[in-house]
Amino acid sequence: MAKKIDVPFNGTKEQEEKLRAALSDLKKRGDNGLMIAALQKAQDIYGYLPEAVQQIIADELGVSLAEVYGVATFYAQFSLYPKGQYKIGVCLGTACYVKGSGDVYKKLCDTLKIEGGQCTDDLKFSLDATRCIGCCGLAPVMTVNDDVYGKVTPDEIEGILAKYN
Amino acid sequence: MFRSHILVCGGTGCTSGNSMKIYEALVDRIKKEGLENEVHVTKTGCFGLCAYGPIMIVYPEGAFYSQVKLEDVDEIVNEHIIKGRIVTRLLYKETVGEDGSIKALNDTNFYKKQHRVALRNCGVINPEKIEEYIAYDGYEALGKVLTEMTPQDVIDVISKSGLRGRGGAGFPTGRKWQFAKNSPGKKKYVCCNADEGDPGAFMDRSILEGDPHAVIEAMAIAAYAIGSDQGYIYVRAEYPIAVQRLTIAIKQAREYGLLGKNIFNSGFNFDLDIRLGAGAFVCGEETALMTSIEGHRGEPRPRPPFPAVKGLFGKPTILNNVETYANVPQIILKGADWFASMGTEKSRGTKVFALGGKIHNTGLVEIPMGTTMREIIYDIGGGCPNGKKFKAAQTGGPSGGCIPAHLIDTPIDYDNLIKIGSMMGSGGLIVMDEDNCMVDIAKFFLEFTVDESCGKCTACRIGTKRLYEMLCKVTDGTATMEDLDKMEELCYYIKENSLCGLGQTAPNPVLSTLHYFRDEYEAHVRDKRCPAGVCKKLLRYQIVADKCKGCTLCARNCPVGAISGTVKEPHVIDPNKCIKCGVCMEKCKFGAIIKA
Repeated sequence: MAKKIDVPFNGTKEQEEKLRAALSDLKKRGDNGLMIAALQKAQDIYGYLPEAVQQIIADELGVSLAEVYGVATFYAQFSLYPKGQYKIGVCLGTACYVKGSGDVYKKLCDTLKIEGGQCTDDLKFSLDATRCIGCCGLAPVMTVNDDVYGKVTPDEIEGILAKYN
Repeated sequence: MFRSHILVCGGTGCTSGNSMKIYEALVDRIKKEGLENEVHVTKTGCFGLCAYGPIMIVYPEGAFYSQVKLEDVDEIVNEHIIKGRIVTRLLYKETVGEDGSIKALNDTNFYKKQHRVALRNCGVINPEKIEEYIAYDGYEALGKVLTEMTPQDVIDVISKSGLRGRGGAGFPTGRKWQFAKNSPGKKKYVCCNADEGDPGAFMDRSILEGDPHAVIEAMAIAAYAIGSDQGYIYVRAEYPIAVQRLTIAIKQAREYGLLGKNIFNSGFNFDLDIRLGAGAFVCGEETALMTSIEGHRGEPRPRPPFPAVKGLFGKPTILNNVETYANVPQIILKGADWFASMGTEKSRGTKVFALGGKIHNTGLVEIPMGTTMREIIYDIGGGCPNGKKFKAAQTGGPSGGCIPAHLIDTPIDYDNLIKIGSMMGSGGLIVMDEDNCMVDIAKFFLEFTVDESCGKCTACRIGTKRLYEMLCKVTDGTATMEDLDKMEELCYYIKENSLCGLGQTAPNPVLSTLHYFRDEYEAHVRDKRCPAGVCKKLLRYQIVADKCKGCTLCARNCPVGAISGTVKEPHVIDPNKCIKCGVCMEKCKFGAIIKA
């Protein structure tokens, strides 16, 4: 479970306008089943899905907050807590796992002193174990935002993190 | 006319290795030399040999450059493109003959035994240009279907070809379409399952990235066969390149009138939408996928009613996997007999496997059904690296099982794999060597299913958790022999009492390893020993006195001060203090620390 970090919600007016515009665009498609797309848009805008944002979606789509929360907590892509400035992902797909990504992951937990799904106190790094990201030829793989590091060994972790400090 | 074509792989594997920067640098350089009318640079889908990425191929010579770096671009342009001298040092070793001549790619071990049907255009055409797909007979099958065949003719051809679902279960595709066609109703849906979630399987992604139009064309054909006008492709949001190429492809198909109203002037209408999955493994299950497209929590629904009768939004629906669709246009063009001539009696055609794990040539391979595991792992895959011994191959992801070394000559098809306790799954094939602990692997998969169980059925939600805990007891060395029997009993209980494929197959990794590697389980339980030296709690780090130089590096790095000894004398590890973090072994420069 993710560590609950008490970050006061500080969404801006522009963000809210953007979200409402995106939601009305979606509604215009007059299609069923928009909830997931709505949450994806909202997470793009805010980076995560705090309660206030879920409430906006519930109101706009005319469903209960409970239903929004139910969908938001079902899918791994959605986060109710903010992520770090640098989002670290370690692939724990089978191909990476048999090549030692578990050790890489553990080393990251130890170095950053957080567990998977958590964020460092300074909101700099967050760590997630990801599903197979499909570059099994580079196993074991870790990602920092859009940078991909292949054939990673635990020794290299400190050097990689240093690039972002 | 171009005098030279440069194909740069734009699949996810190579892109992660910076191939797009290489592509851009090439385009820039070619422009700077004023050669843009002579040399054509294009990005393609996956070549399959991901282990050697980033990959680039230069025609007409067919020079196959592997592990290309950004710095190599200038040399390739200066030497090869301008002076016509191939850069031998960058060539994939297997393509260089003894006399230094270049061998065709199809003659290398990796490609020789392959037969590319679903992947035929991957690494060949530019997936972002519909014209290139059309030049390779694209949309000809759709034209033929709409102008010369009745819907029933289409289903008959697919049935006769023997095509079975490539997503895992192997249900006959023609029969599925027939059910949906026979279901009454005006509104029907055609769906494509691109929520490839099996860890280690990435063939669907490669097809979408390398040949998206093949899937679009096949879905239109399916829609015509069952009488549908709307399709959905459910694709993982974690596959950004696939989503982007698919979006481009759909837009181009609409512009060409190959999607939309009155296609080929036949009165047939069909359009497609993409739905992004949000990361839930259970959504690969057909009813859960439909619930998710409807915008809800992706929980499976009981069957019957089957989707062919009551599927998406309560309407008759067919759902096929990406690879299944990729076969369809060619079956229509080349005929059912052509397709049925490949493979085994009950499993026709070819299958794409994603080779991964402890194997030389990681990547995608497509082979006729009935090829043996040995041919895939040794002839194509090049065996285990570092001279390690092959122990087992895992197929079918978290739903499958481990195939031990003594069954390596089994011809691979749907039925044989089930017979030996595994399953085809979507085609991930992970190779394990002597350094992998089979209990640990079973635990790894169980952890995955515990996480991914949607929670609807108690047997799956709680059962997998309890099973996982029992496996932890084994790897911790606290289990009894009785626990092993209890585990087996629980496995069957979970299988029998779960609604969907996830729960019904979740215990397979445990059952198959218990069956084939019971001795490893027993070593953990009886001797408190992990034969592969993986399970931390059962490990014991030791210093080999003869090799230890007494440099004190290990003692200085040990976080708990468990290592003692004087300078230049052999050191000792206190097993009571040791937390088995392995730092000492990592730091030791003399290989004096071993796992015992």
